[in-house]
Amino acid sequence: MKAILSGNEAIARGAYEAGVKVASAYPGTPSTEILENIIQYKEIDASWAPNEKVSLDVGIGASFGGGRALVAMKHVGVNVAADPLFTLSYTGVNGGLVLVTADDPEMHSSQNEQDNRNYAKFIKVPMLEPSDSRECKEFTILAFEISEKFDTPVMLRTTTRISHSKSIVELGEPVQGLPEPKLVRNAAKLVMLPGNARVRHPLVEERVKKLGEFGATLDINRMEMRGKEIGIITSGVPYQYVREILPKASTLKLGMIYPLPMELIRKFASKVKKLFVVEELDPFIEEQIKAAGISVVGKEILPICGELTPGRIRDAFIKAGVIAELVSTGKVESEGLPLPGRPPNMCPGCPHRGVFFALNQLKAYVTGDIGCYTLGFMPPLSAMDTCICMGASIGMSLGVIKVVSDEEKKKVVAVIGDSTFLHTGINGLMDMVYNNVPATVIILDNRITAMTGRQENPASGFTLMDQPANRIDIPDLCRAMGVKNVRTIDPFDLTATKSAIREEMNRPEPSVIVTDKPCVLVKREGVYKRGPVLTVLEEQCTGCRACLKIGCPAIVWKPVEGKKGIAQIDYQLCSGCDVCRQLCKFEAIERKK
Amino acid sequence: MKAAITNILLVGVGGQGILLASEILSETFMLAGYDVKKSEIHGMSQRGGSVVSHVRYGSEVFSPIVPEGEGDILFGFELLETCRYLSLLKKGATVIANDLCIPPPSVLSGKDIYPEGLTEKIGLLFPDFLLVDGLKLANEAGNPRAANTALLGAVSRRLDIPEEFWMKAIEKMVPSKAVEINRKAFLAGRNL
Repeated sequence: MKAILSGNEAIARGAYEAGVKVASAYPGTPSTEILENIIQYKEIDASWAPNEKVSLDVGIGASFGGGRALVAMKHVGVNVAADPLFTLSYTGVNGGLVLVTADDPEMHSSQNEQDNRNYAKFIKVPMLEPSDSRECKEFTILAFEISEKFDTPVMLRTTTRISHSKSIVELGEPVQGLPEPKLVRNAAKLVMLPGNARVRHPLVEERVKKLGEFGATLDINRMEMRGKEIGIITSGVPYQYVREILPKASTLKLGMIYPLPMELIRKFASKVKKLFVVEELDPFIEEQIKAAGISVVGKEILPICGELTPGRIRDAFIKAGVIAELVSTGKVESEGLPLPGRPPNMCPGCPHRGVFFALNQLKAYVTGDIGCYTLGFMPPLSAMDTCICMGASIGMSLGVIKVVSDEEKKKVVAVIGDSTFLHTGINGLMDMVYNNVPATVIILDNRITAMTGRQENPASGFTLMDQPANRIDIPDLCRAMGVKNVRTIDPFDLTATKSAIREEMNRPEPSVIVTDKPCVLVKREGVYKRGPVLTVLEEQCTGCRACLKIGCPAIVWKPVEGKKGIAQIDYQLCSGCDVCRQLCKFEAIERKK
Repeated sequence: MKAAITNILLVGVGGQGILLASEILSETFMLAGYDVKKSEIHGMSQRGGSVVSHVRYGSEVFSPIVPEGEGDILFGFELLETCRYLSLLKKGATVIANDLCIPPPSVLSGKDIYPEGLTEKIGLLFPDFLLVDGLKLANEAGNPRAANTALLGAVSRRLDIPEEFWMKAIEKMVPSKAVEINRKAFLAGRNL
């Protein structure tokens, strides 16, 4: 049977056909849909973990117990999971273990565009890179076979264009006859004390060598000869662009990009007059080929930053004189027509909006974190001063407080979401309590991991399978950790929100404020109660623009002849959160009857 | 069956239902026996940002994204976004746009104005321009929520795919109780 699947759906299908027992992940664009799709296969125990390290720990345990395990994360998630991953390379596996790293060239939804192919070399494990959904499924199955055959975790690397593009996939049946999981003790292999690890390291080096030789025999590494003039070594989605833009070039398509099949590359190089590497981001393949003494052109003509596109590859090869300039395709410039941008925005009714408005008013120095609330950086709220990575906000606030003057210390506020707090923010809170730093932390508890598309988390009360779960109570957790000043606020009450934040900023002790209104998009019955929508009394609106300062998409500015203009509220977008009404000094906004 | 690849771009504002429309398109092409690829970016764009989805079909499709300047059809769900992506099209391409303006944040706050005369501009650049009131067609078909399907019907006029495949794809992709309304809306657009 054929189906149109995204790369993520195809990886989920591959896991099912490979007989995976356990799947664990923390959501992160562009990897999130792998686990969301795996839940349709009831044979797999699938769950959200609080962070990527825990998900890999769970996967390692499942593998050691003898089951096949898949863990999935976005590229920066691998940084969090790197600690166990480096040592898992030494222990190897029992049941196959595959770690999906979904990279994000161009940073469509990320804070950096690190190239995780480097991890494969650093950790000394094989990495496969599919170039469409069909390969996503097939490589997932192959990755489990390689994992068990070579006693190694295998990384499967996708990029946003692979994860989120759809193409046709032939569906198969699950593999049969895998061994039943059971407890098997093998401390010399699985307890990585120095004495044991010293024995394992040479085996890792030997494994890399064998995998390089094995790669030359794999049909996912293949030469496609179309002519002798130009040879292109490529992998992943750039392979598809090369086929499109340089249809006459011969290609060496690499499915396993670490370790590289250097003898195959040498053979390919000898068959063509001019050799190129077309790869996104770092010169990962190129540098290894050059180190092997083979002459090749890569980043001399192609960009390191951003994704490759058919157009960018075309431009590079035109510049390099390889292909002729296209006769104008008739690219039509819309010059003379400045188009206002359309950046993402917090939703109407978002519980974060009032908090950032208050922080702006209080001129707080906000150490921020990763989530929808990072949009609090955007004007007109403009209330975020730093954002680095998941969970960093609290630690950063402590560091800032340690160096600035006593007067400035009071300005510093850390802001973090519920899911991010439980991911890695909680450790920063321990530091705050332990070292008694007089920081103010605001935990925006909207009961969901919102930015990635509303996934459950340990504080949401539900599992990935949509089953009721034990819910971690964040205020109680903070108290249990030793924070004496913990208060819960309603972020839709602007006055109370502002005064609570002001009080805690001025308190020379550690304090935590938790907001307790859920994400406006959470569809669960009774979770979000819509208030009556709001409306502007046009005759009372003075055009002062105070309500525009919260940047709500439901409030529209309407220019009026002979007057400053007036605000209007789009009743279809308004959720009735009431924040704008509290800002109007002229009582021009009222609840619609 | 033709061998050349047809490049379609669906553009609009996050939350307008562009993903479902591009799924129905892709499904239709697969049912009609073509190779098909589609690509779009999820994530930040869902928060009311600008969205573009690429759908390509033909006998064999490599790249999941439309090479710049090679778009054959632009299917716009909103006028400002339709204009934003015109440069992806080739000369003589078809533009089918929903007659709808959704002001972006800078316009809502009065900082920018929503540009005027967009439809005239599109019509000058692309003579094969069809402006469709999706909401009106859907209302006539009996449900304003089927506006996207009505627009899809208008797009289908420029694609050489038999009606039965469109109907099958709608049946598969739309919740069963909404199938009839969506078929009606689709035909309203197709028979404009």
